[in-house]
Amino acid sequence: MNPVMHGDVLIIGAGIIGSALAEQCARRGLRVAVAEAAIPAAGTSAAGMGHLVVLDDNPAELALSRDGLARWQARRHELPANAEYRACGTLWLARDEAEMQEAERKQAGYQQHGLSSNLLPATALRKLEPALAPNLAGALQVPDDAVLYPPVASRWLLQNAQALGAQLWCKAQVSSVDDEGVARLADGRLLRARHIVIAAGNASATLLPGLPLKPRKGQLLITERYPQRIRHQLVELGYIRSAHASDGDSVAFNVQPRATGQLLIGSSRQFHDTDPAINWPLLQAMLSRALEYLPSLRQLQALRSWAGFRPATPDKLPLLGKVPGHSRLWLATGHEGLGITTALASAHLLADLLCEQAPALDPTPYNPARFGPWSLADQHHPVGVAA
Amino acid sequence: MSSELHTDIAIIGAGPAGMAAAIAACAQGAHVTLVDDNPRPGGQIWRGGPSQAPASASSTFRQLADSQARLLSGFRVAAIPAPGQLLLEDPHRAQVLRYGKLIIASGARERLLPFPGWTLPGVTGAGGLQALVKGGLDVRDQHIVLAGTGPLLLASAATLRAAGAQVLLIAEQAPWSQLARFGWALKAYPAKLAQAASLAWQLGGVPYHHASHVLAALGQTRLEGVQLQLGARTLTLPCDWLGVGYGLLPNTELLRALHCQISQGAAEVDALMQTSQAGIYAVGEATGIGGVDKALLEGRIAGLAATGAVAAAQALAPRRKRQLAFAALLDKHFALQPAITQLAQPDTLVCRCEDVSHASLQLFDSWREAKLQTRCGMGACQGRICGAACESLYGWQGSGDRPPLLPTRLGSLLEPTLAKANPT
Amino acid sequence: MKVQLFIDGQAHLATLGSNLAAALAGLPGRCSVSGQPRAALCGMGVCFECRVTIDGQPHQRACQRVVYEGMEVAREL
Repeated sequence: MNPVMHGDVLIIGAGIIGSALAEQCARRGLRVAVAEAAIPAAGTSAAGMGHLVVLDDNPAELALSRDGLARWQARRHELPANAEYRACGTLWLARDEAEMQEAERKQAGYQQHGLSSNLLPATALRKLEPALAPNLAGALQVPDDAVLYPPVASRWLLQNAQALGAQLWCKAQVSSVDDEGVARLADGRLLRARHIVIAAGNASATLLPGLPLKPRKGQLLITERYPQRIRHQLVELGYIRSAHASDGDSVAFNVQPRATGQLLIGSSRQFHDTDPAINWPLLQAMLSRALEYLPSLRQLQALRSWAGFRPATPDKLPLLGKVPGHSRLWLATGHEGLGITTALASAHLLADLLCEQAPALDPTPYNPARFGPWSLADQHHPVGVAA
Repeated sequence: MSSELHTDIAIIGAGPAGMAAAIAACAQGAHVTLVDDNPRPGGQIWRGGPSQAPASASSTFRQLADSQARLLSGFRVAAIPAPGQLLLEDPHRAQVLRYGKLIIASGARERLLPFPGWTLPGVTGAGGLQALVKGGLDVRDQHIVLAGTGPLLLASAATLRAAGAQVLLIAEQAPWSQLARFGWALKAYPAKLAQAASLAWQLGGVPYHHASHVLAALGQTRLEGVQLQLGARTLTLPCDWLGVGYGLLPNTELLRALHCQISQGAAEVDALMQTSQAGIYAVGEATGIGGVDKALLEGRIAGLAATGAVAAAQALAPRRKRQLAFAALLDKHFALQPAITQLAQPDTLVCRCEDVSHASLQLFDSWREAKLQTRCGMGACQGRICGAACESLYGWQGSGDRPPLLPTRLGSLLEPTLAKANPT
Repeated sequence: MKVQLFIDGQAHLATLGSNLAAALAGLPGRCSVSGQPRAALCGMGVCFECRVTIDGQPHQRACQRVVYEGMEVAREL
């Protein structure tokens, strides 16, 4: 069978990473095709909170999230209204003096990188967010952080790519890829491109069985509309501890005021639970945690809760670059809980690499090769197409 | 706050089916808890209790009152925190109910389909208007038009007339040929025929148009009139209320959350009313729309079967065949005409919670995609209204439900473990 | 027998035991998310169109509640 499509770049997965990359490649004049197994932006991209937040746990995470946020900020006025971009800022909440010191350390770090933030003592915090528990010690305000609605933002990126000529193949389940630039679909069709980028989130591991990627379950709950109850994204300072805990289940307080007036309540992290149904005890732990910070939540109506799976790597940094040992096969996945924030940054970085241009950010920390010389050859099934 | 109750048999829904199940199960000596989200038992058909229900209902009300069944009125099932447990909530409290067996008598709702103006205050379901009148809505001398399909239109009209309303006309979408065949088939059901005759008598003088439907509700901030297609002609009528319902749909949210098999929109059950999940039974409209006699019979069968009186339950099973045949008649003769699903204009809202228009939904191929991109089905009703509308208009099947089953206070969601894990 | 309830602060009489959605019918109601007037549709707890604030709690379905003496209802959520 002859390949039904020829192009420069075939992107597997139309989540926010694949869509951002498709747009970026199309902008650079590449002939792009996107193969989506189901429907666009309906996997991890649809399950997350949609925070655009700079995280500073390590320099590589900070660099990528900062670049990502800056790119969203620069394009916020292009976004459709229903992408619900809100520059609400983040309040990192300190429960006691020890956490206040952590806030100060965090501020020093942001300052060092030229990022603005303000330390708020308890009284100032109460004035900003009167619904918060009165016993909090204070907060670090990061005014430039934002939130958006990822399914619409992701679809917008994809439509931009399509407007520039990118082809979208929906319900196109890729069953195997090779290093000759050929992807075989489950229905037997073949797609060929100079480069293939696997941006299929957790499903990437089905194409590259050796991939160091584990689904990390998270649960969220959204309320009815209660406008003006809170104004900022609220996160406990312990969030990063939870996000970076290497194993075990954890919850951390994170609430967003959505543009609809709804409150989106997170967060939880869980390896080893692959059931998409709600884990009830963990949901309760998450809500109990939320009530410690926002006692008045108790009376609000919960509308819906759901679970999603973050694609997590061992070091919680994404996989952006060539599949080690391969020349035409690339990866853009493994963003764990920062895929929305870093989508535009990741797309730029990978597009630079694809075009053999020097990226603005040092790509080394995200290079898939950091996980050693893992070879995929033994699990790799050649599709047997004459070149 | 006491928050945990135990029972042998939990019954969800206190309409005729749930009441009959409770009476039968109590007679077997089981501990029964009957849960209903309305203030009083009776379901939709006997809403308002024995004083407003027909005489035939009064023995059921009396037997329930005389039984040992525990009645939790005003409680809704919020979630299923673990197998064998239901989280219940009323306006003030949360309550965990642990059960041995579960009988789901969740009833039905009206199929409400979009047409221009259907969001105006004054436009209600046909059964919805009947429910409001039973709840005390004063319609004396009000001008009312009823439209849609099925016997509920007649029952609703009778209630409205008895309450002093002027029912201007009834527009039934089914063509005369179908109605005539239904009437003919009804001969096999003398009780139903008598019911129909009695309704016809009560409705003497109300024009009944077949092959007719609403085109649009008219008005600025409230209903002022209605534009109708009556056979080949159109008519505009001023009116105060417009009740429109396109038949009934089983309420299956709880069944789906419990992973019970659903087929063609209703619970699949065996001859003893057990669903695909052992120990979980479904009765009444939840297993398919068939009316009060089917509901009472199925409730009895399940009440007996769930308490181990299998032989007695089996003895009743043959009578069910006749009720199912009647249900099939309803289904066949009041099937929707194609015109009904083509009434929405581009700017007609399909999702009323999030105000999503027909035009914006037509861009998509699936419920999931439309939901993610337009917020259709993401509002307070969680797709209960627009889900059915989208299925009729676009052929979309809903995707998985997300807990809670109904909007629930956050504090209530914490009940089950706080009661156990945190004794302070 | 009548009970007195307060709708947006105004005293109203309603028949004891009647349904709140029935008692509110005919009065201007809630506005939808895009600002359109709305009132009860299904009358049986399914559509959520009849939501009101009862005794300070927003998003309560009027059709599922019976009026009582001193009930405070606000039509905006």
